[in-house]
Amino acid sequence: MSERPVSIPGEPKVDLEQARAHGLAPDEYRKIEQTIGRTPTYTELGVFSVMWSEHCSYKSSRRHLRKLPSKSELVVQGPGENAGAIDVGDGWAAVFKIESHNHPSFVEPYQGAATGVGGILRDIFTMGARPVASMNSLKFGSFEHPRTRYLLGGVVGGIGGYGNCVGVPTVAGEVMFDAAYNANILVNAFCLGLVRKGEMMSAKARGPGNPVLYVGSATGRDGIHGASMASAEFDKESEAKRPAVQVGDPFTEKLLIEACLEAGKTGAIVAIQDMGAAGLTSSSSEMASHGGLGIELDLDKVPLREAGLTPYEILLSESQERMLIVAERGREAELQAVFEKWDLHAVVIGHVTEDQRWRTRWRGQVVADIPIGALADDAPIYDRPAAAPKIQPQTKPAIAAKHPETAKAIRALLDSPNIASKKWVYRQYDSIVQSNTVLGPGSDGAVLRIKNSRRAIALKVDSNPRACALDPYLGAVGTVCEAARNVACAGARPVGITNCLNYGNPERPEVMWQFIRGVEGLRDASIAFGAPVVSGNVSFYNETEGHPIPPTPTIAVLGVMIDVAKHVTQFFKNPGDVIALVRTAAPSIAASEYAAIFGIDGGRLGAIDLAREAALVEGLVEGAEQGLIKSAHDIAEGGLAVALAEACFNPRAILGAEVELGRAGNADAVVFFGEGASTVVLSIAKRDAARVESLFAGRGLEFAVIGRVTAEPRLKIGAAAGLDEDVAELQRIYEDAIPRRLRGGD
Amino acid sequence: MKWGVVRFPGSLDDGDSLYAIAEVMGQDARMLWHKDESLGGVECVLLPGGFSYGDYLRTGAIARFSPIMKSVAKFAADGGLVIGICNGFQILCEAHLLPGALTRNRSLSFICQRVWLRVENASTPFTRAAKQGDLLRLPIKHGEGLYVAPEDEIRQMEERGQVILRYVDADGRESDAANPNGSMRAIAGVANQRFNVFGLMPHPEHAVEPMLGGVDGLKIFQSIAGSAR
Repeated sequence: MSERPVSIPGEPKVDLEQARAHGLAPDEYRKIEQTIGRTPTYTELGVFSVMWSEHCSYKSSRRHLRKLPSKSELVVQGPGENAGAIDVGDGWAAVFKIESHNHPSFVEPYQGAATGVGGILRDIFTMGARPVASMNSLKFGSFEHPRTRYLLGGVVGGIGGYGNCVGVPTVAGEVMFDAAYNANILVNAFCLGLVRKGEMMSAKARGPGNPVLYVGSATGRDGIHGASMASAEFDKESEAKRPAVQVGDPFTEKLLIEACLEAGKTGAIVAIQDMGAAGLTSSSSEMASHGGLGIELDLDKVPLREAGLTPYEILLSESQERMLIVAERGREAELQAVFEKWDLHAVVIGHVTEDQRWRTRWRGQVVADIPIGALADDAPIYDRPAAAPKIQPQTKPAIAAKHPETAKAIRALLDSPNIASKKWVYRQYDSIVQSNTVLGPGSDGAVLRIKNSRRAIALKVDSNPRACALDPYLGAVGTVCEAARNVACAGARPVGITNCLNYGNPERPEVMWQFIRGVEGLRDASIAFGAPVVSGNVSFYNETEGHPIPPTPTIAVLGVMIDVAKHVTQFFKNPGDVIALVRTAAPSIAASEYAAIFGIDGGRLGAIDLAREAALVEGLVEGAEQGLIKSAHDIAEGGLAVALAEACFNPRAILGAEVELGRAGNADAVVFFGEGASTVVLSIAKRDAARVESLFAGRGLEFAVIGRVTAEPRLKIGAAAGLDEDVAELQRIYEDAIPRRLRGGD
Repeated sequence: MKWGVVRFPGSLDDGDSLYAIAEVMGQDARMLWHKDESLGGVECVLLPGGFSYGDYLRTGAIARFSPIMKSVAKFAADGGLVIGICNGFQILCEAHLLPGALTRNRSLSFICQRVWLRVENASTPFTRAAKQGDLLRLPIKHGEGLYVAPEDEIRQMEERGQVILRYVDADGRESDAANPNGSMRAIAGVANQRFNVFGLMPHPEHAVEPMLGGVDGLKIFQSIAGSAR
């Protein structure tokens, strides 16, 4: 029944060597020959090489990702579609996902970051959801590294340039600078969309004979083999890969959003999928494979930017802002009318078939004919060897010798780009468009109201590579706890997780071990909070010339708030309020910013009691719902002293704090600057202090009133030996740290 | 009052403007499509923020040629009320319905933040609900908001009271630090000589609810609503 695919004159010969040049292992090439029963054409080889790349096939991670919990009564869509979805009440589903764009952003920071935003947006509106908020997690090399400023400017410019132009607010994020990322930055982009439950769209093709529509931008030569680039380490030649980075057109993306959502309302769309990594190839084969069907495409019908593209180029192009739609037969015109209204291409380029084959024609001849399963589910899966590194991280306890004076230390910490205000970054993002941003950047997490509902969504993205470097399991657990705690500080109950797992080369046993331990940590924490992992992405090969990045699982947590009016911010509100600490364990300076800045060995991470973590989150949410908590701020980088300072930086008017640490030892650096343990600084009206105490003490958590909020803007910690600083001065340091460095000051 | 919000391809604050006017203010408002020439009998046309047609040429440069802009120009010539916010302001300048032009911010980067504005002329249809010297807290979010015009023209505009809003600090004083984008004379909003066309870079539609950063934007919309003919 099938025509034998033909080669295109002038194409390279296909053999083992050519396969290797395409990044396929010899075993993989042999498996391709076995699967199709002949030597593949050059076009087919290209198709296999991207579909079997780590980036598209998850061949090293898939068996481990199965361990992650993905179910709860609120899950509307778990892994398997373009993004996950959680029921957030009042008939709404929140669709969300985070994804990496690390490799392209290192090669071409502006376009790499911009198209990262574009790609994750498409994953969301593909589901029929209107994108309502973006976040990002960025890791750069040390600020002193010569390339960092260029990369920072480019990435931030790209995120803003794209995000601002599509009308989706960038509401939160994190930025870290560490020499470990000098040669491999991380750009992880998150998007949240909202859709009425029951109006979600799917990527599952149905109905043999149904037409396949190509919509959006025309296809050009950009981004060919982007997925393969993301599946290899960096070396000296990586700079030359710049042409493999796609170029974004946010204006067309905005039109696509509106057109796709409007087209969805016609009911004529059977399935829809964006052309992301591996473009037309992956979108068409995945839709067919999800539906257990086949697909046939006529490449002569694909809108092209220039003449002369080969089938190989058309199929592997990663030109941006393109979607593939399976329409209900006979209703193509309805959809085309919508796209025409928005001045977009909508061309029938093929149809769904019954025969479970992925077949493409060009100039009347078949150029590729592959069983659909071979491109999707039957792609190789590896159980790569994993082994803990022989040299374990230092396990000595903290050395007390080189500790600087407390006043010096807090200034140095507030001046660290990792702690300092990121206003220079987020001021370049539109954070308010769509009129939902109740709490935007500059806070612990973001809060978005849902229009015509009292409900709100809280979002937070976190990562802690230093902790993960010490212990990839505990680091991952701690990262989930931190994100969940931040959402709870705002007053929202964590209900769903998405993750972007950034690691080195999985072919190294110690990297594979880090990855597996990370997934296990994510699994255990997810179970403890009852917040399933509904979507995610794995980014391997984050290493350059043999140096892997520290394990960096980036975790975004979505929380739901019953009443938006009850949301809580991190800032102290009224003089006279009591300041209290609630925590699950004692602080430690392991993996802390303090240890990093002052070169102190922080020792090993403390254990994490997940039951207590969950109790803390529950207490925070309940306290907020009862209106008992005036402010809640999670202790993170810089420890208690920095958290207190930040809580004083109320944008309405700065306040002060007077704190006694009692028996804990006033001048102890661990108490002042220790991180690690889940600790939250609360401010509470005096009359409510006892009720809040019982809220936490009743859950077995340590709760202590440590001081009060003052009108005089001074931060006083400890009676004699501690700290007595002018808050305005501290804020000046905090605000100016990044601008000062960018101005080129010392 | 009947309002029309023009939706260009690439408009972003069109929905927010409609929301502010219709949902928050309870006024009669509808969306107008850029390819149409009819304004549907509205009494005030709002050109919203965004990146019309991608703004790949010059901000507002392509939108001014859209079919609906012909009708907007005629509507303005007949004395109809037109307000352009951010990209809408840029379009009005490109269409020569307002004097001057908007160029790249002094910082060369996009800026999203809340700013203070002083009402310089409260006897216009767009500011009559305020008092001269009132301070408004509104957000800006733009990459090209640096207002320029020939010195002579600016002097005449000042004399005629066409400068409606100026960037100031929290105490109402002009200063270099309080001028977020480097606009000449810290100009944030201007009107035409007839005072029926108004353009401003700050976003009043993003300051209409206490929970979302204040309600100072209502002053502008209430002024317009109270100016129905």
